[in-house]
Amino acid sequence: MTGDSVFFSRVLTETTLTFHIIYATLGVGVPLMIMIAQWIGIKKNDQYYILLARRWTRGFVITVAVGVVTGTAIGLQLSLLWPNFMVLAGNVIALPLFMETFAFFFEAIFLGIYLYTWDRFENQKKHLLLLIPVAIGASFSAVFITIVNSFMNAPQGFDLINGQLANVNPITAMFNPAMPTKVAHVVVTAYMTSAFVLASIAAFRLATGSKHVYHKKALLLTMKLGLVFSIATAIIGDFSGKYLAEYQPEKLAAAEWHFETSSEAPLLMYGILDENNEVKYAIEIPFALSILAHWWPSAVVTGLDQFPPDEIPPLYIHYLFDTMVTIGIGLLLLSLIYWFGVKRGWSFVHSKLFLWFAVLSGPLAMIAIEAGWWLAEVGRQPWILRGIMRTADAATTNPNVDLMLVLFSILYIILGIGTIIVMIRMFKRNPIEKELADREIEKGGMLK
Amino acid sequence: MNLEIIGISVLMAFLFGYIMVGAIDFGASFFNAYSLIIEKEHILTNIIQRYLSPVWEVTNVFLVFFFVGIVGFFPQTAFYYGTTLLIPVSIGIVLLAIRGSYYAFETYGNRGHKGYAFIYGLSGLFLPASLSIVLTISEGGYIYIKDGKPVLDYWVLFTEPLTWSVVLLSITAVLYISAVFLTWYANKAGDKEATRLMRKYALIWALPLIITAAGIIVELRGHNPEHFDNIMNLWWMFAISFILWCMTVYLLWQRRNYGEAFLLLVAQFALAFYGYGISHYPYLLYPHLTIYDGFTNEAMAISLIIAFILGFCLLVPSLYLLLRLFLFSKKYVSGK
Repeated sequence: MTGDSVFFSRVLTETTLTFHIIYATLGVGVPLMIMIAQWIGIKKNDQYYILLARRWTRGFVITVAVGVVTGTAIGLQLSLLWPNFMVLAGNVIALPLFMETFAFFFEAIFLGIYLYTWDRFENQKKHLLLLIPVAIGASFSAVFITIVNSFMNAPQGFDLINGQLANVNPITAMFNPAMPTKVAHVVVTAYMTSAFVLASIAAFRLATGSKHVYHKKALLLTMKLGLVFSIATAIIGDFSGKYLAEYQPEKLAAAEWHFETSSEAPLLMYGILDENNEVKYAIEIPFALSILAHWWPSAVVTGLDQFPPDEIPPLYIHYLFDTMVTIGIGLLLLSLIYWFGVKRGWSFVHSKLFLWFAVLSGPLAMIAIEAGWWLAEVGRQPWILRGIMRTADAATTNPNVDLMLVLFSILYIILGIGTIIVMIRMFKRNPIEKELADREIEKGGMLK
Repeated sequence: MNLEIIGISVLMAFLFGYIMVGAIDFGASFFNAYSLIIEKEHILTNIIQRYLSPVWEVTNVFLVFFFVGIVGFFPQTAFYYGTTLLIPVSIGIVLLAIRGSYYAFETYGNRGHKGYAFIYGLSGLFLPASLSIVLTISEGGYIYIKDGKPVLDYWVLFTEPLTWSVVLLSITAVLYISAVFLTWYANKAGDKEATRLMRKYALIWALPLIITAAGIIVELRGHNPEHFDNIMNLWWMFAISFILWCMTVYLLWQRRNYGEAFLLLVAQFALAFYGYGISHYPYLLYPHLTIYDGFTNEAMAISLIIAFILGFCLLVPSLYLLLRLFLFSKKYVSGK
């Protein structure tokens, strides 16, 4: 019975987080994009960008609502499904959890104000001022909650003496070794993903026949932002690899199928693992893993042979790593080519085929986000707190978790479908051409 | 004053905040749905939507604040309440999801879907009911320990009259608080018809509220005599609360000073809430968990309190701005 509770608790947590992350990622990244568009609109005195900010906001509200709901769900599920973990976490890591709600509060207040003061102030700068706390609140929510997660990967800031907690230091717990790379990676990939999701929308309208300058401006802006943030992602991703080599070598070794400790370690891309744990069809890049792990081609990289079998994460996380990195590099190249192409006047970047690639960029970025989170989370199995508490010991003893899994799955399906239907309806009924016409009348033809 | 008391006071303040803003929100959605059924939505819907839309997310944060805070200050609660409350709280989350998505799907997407408004209104009644179960359980007698693990006894929970009294109280309180607030809000907006209707609802729900509240005190006498005695020692708080209730009803009856009436109501509930909370001291879960054995370590307690003070310095001006722009802005309230 208890074994079932552990299994279902894991599945339910994974389901909730997988669903929540879609909305949370947009919730962190989109406010920044809205703020940038509003800022450019003011700076260039170009109404198109202001309108861009508003139309993004309208869609954003839908994702925020579902994000709040699913965020509340995971917040409560932590205590419902993992009570033993929360007892410990409450003692050591409650501080960032608590601060996260402040950041969320701050964002909620100013988002409400921004949304309902539409056109209430003559001066557009006032609207920009309202967006700054929204973007700050959203990003800091991600910072604080990722600190909690990084603690689970690198717990510190307390002593366990005969199973009892002692010498708790909440600040040390917050600034654990996993924190800098994890926080930076989460925040930057959220910006990157949001930029590409918004690029997808503009690209879709252009690919399906619109020639409106509004969409062209939107696509160029979001692709540029996407490029900047994917370069940042790649750099921070490299640092994350070095962090893993230093502090969580079993996760890196499992992700890279690095079975035996060795120097001059090659990096394996792709490939499959057969039932005898033999790697087939992989592309081997010599020295790359040593460089990834320690900056140096002849550096020694710890392999899975250094760990007892019951402390090794599942080896399928290699596929997740491949997915994440491939998409990341692909999107970096895509946005680079687009930006360069527009600058140089290459006509193929405006072709239907290229635009359809751009349409795919948003969904692909989201898949990379999911793959990255699964990699990070499955990669620390069997631990819930690496080296301290096993996942199986943290789960609830309540026998009804399977029922709740069914209940929540239905809920998420309804919310997911609802989001899609409402979004499509909202923008189909009010295309940009119509809104521009409406506003032109309203503003007495002041559009530039 | 020790850290435990500060911790529980902070949490009680947020719980009280949630009860007030939540009650307005839940009740408003119910009145909104009800007005659809009796085809008076032209009177109420505008007023209700105008108030609710900018603040619904803030309402939700009060709840998040409370449950994050209680795990922070009293981590042991995660063990007792987390293990036992899986089903009731999960149902609560689903109801919250209905409410949260309503704003998104209805207000921004597809206006005027009657079925959705109806479910939304019902969730406004079920949600306080599902959350109030926590309050009932804290009185003791519903959780037993088996093999060192807490188990919730559903049979006892659903057959005890106290459970149902608390559910009734939570529903009447929601409807009463919300009606008084909306009377004031509609009056401010200069909407005579909505004011008249909401005043009627407020007066209708005033009596059931005071009867259910008094009923629970009587029932506690049999259920948890220790708690009952503590309540009796604080009788003056409940007496003042009752007088404030009389004054609110009087003002409503006289059709004047709706703003003061609402403030009196807040004071009335604050006294009753704190009276109840103080008399519950020192138990978080009778008789298994007190605020002393469930409390976090000193280092965490101090950092949480510092974080709370800093956060509060940020929140109070922001909340003030929100209220000034929407609640106390004549222009906004009257829809200009």
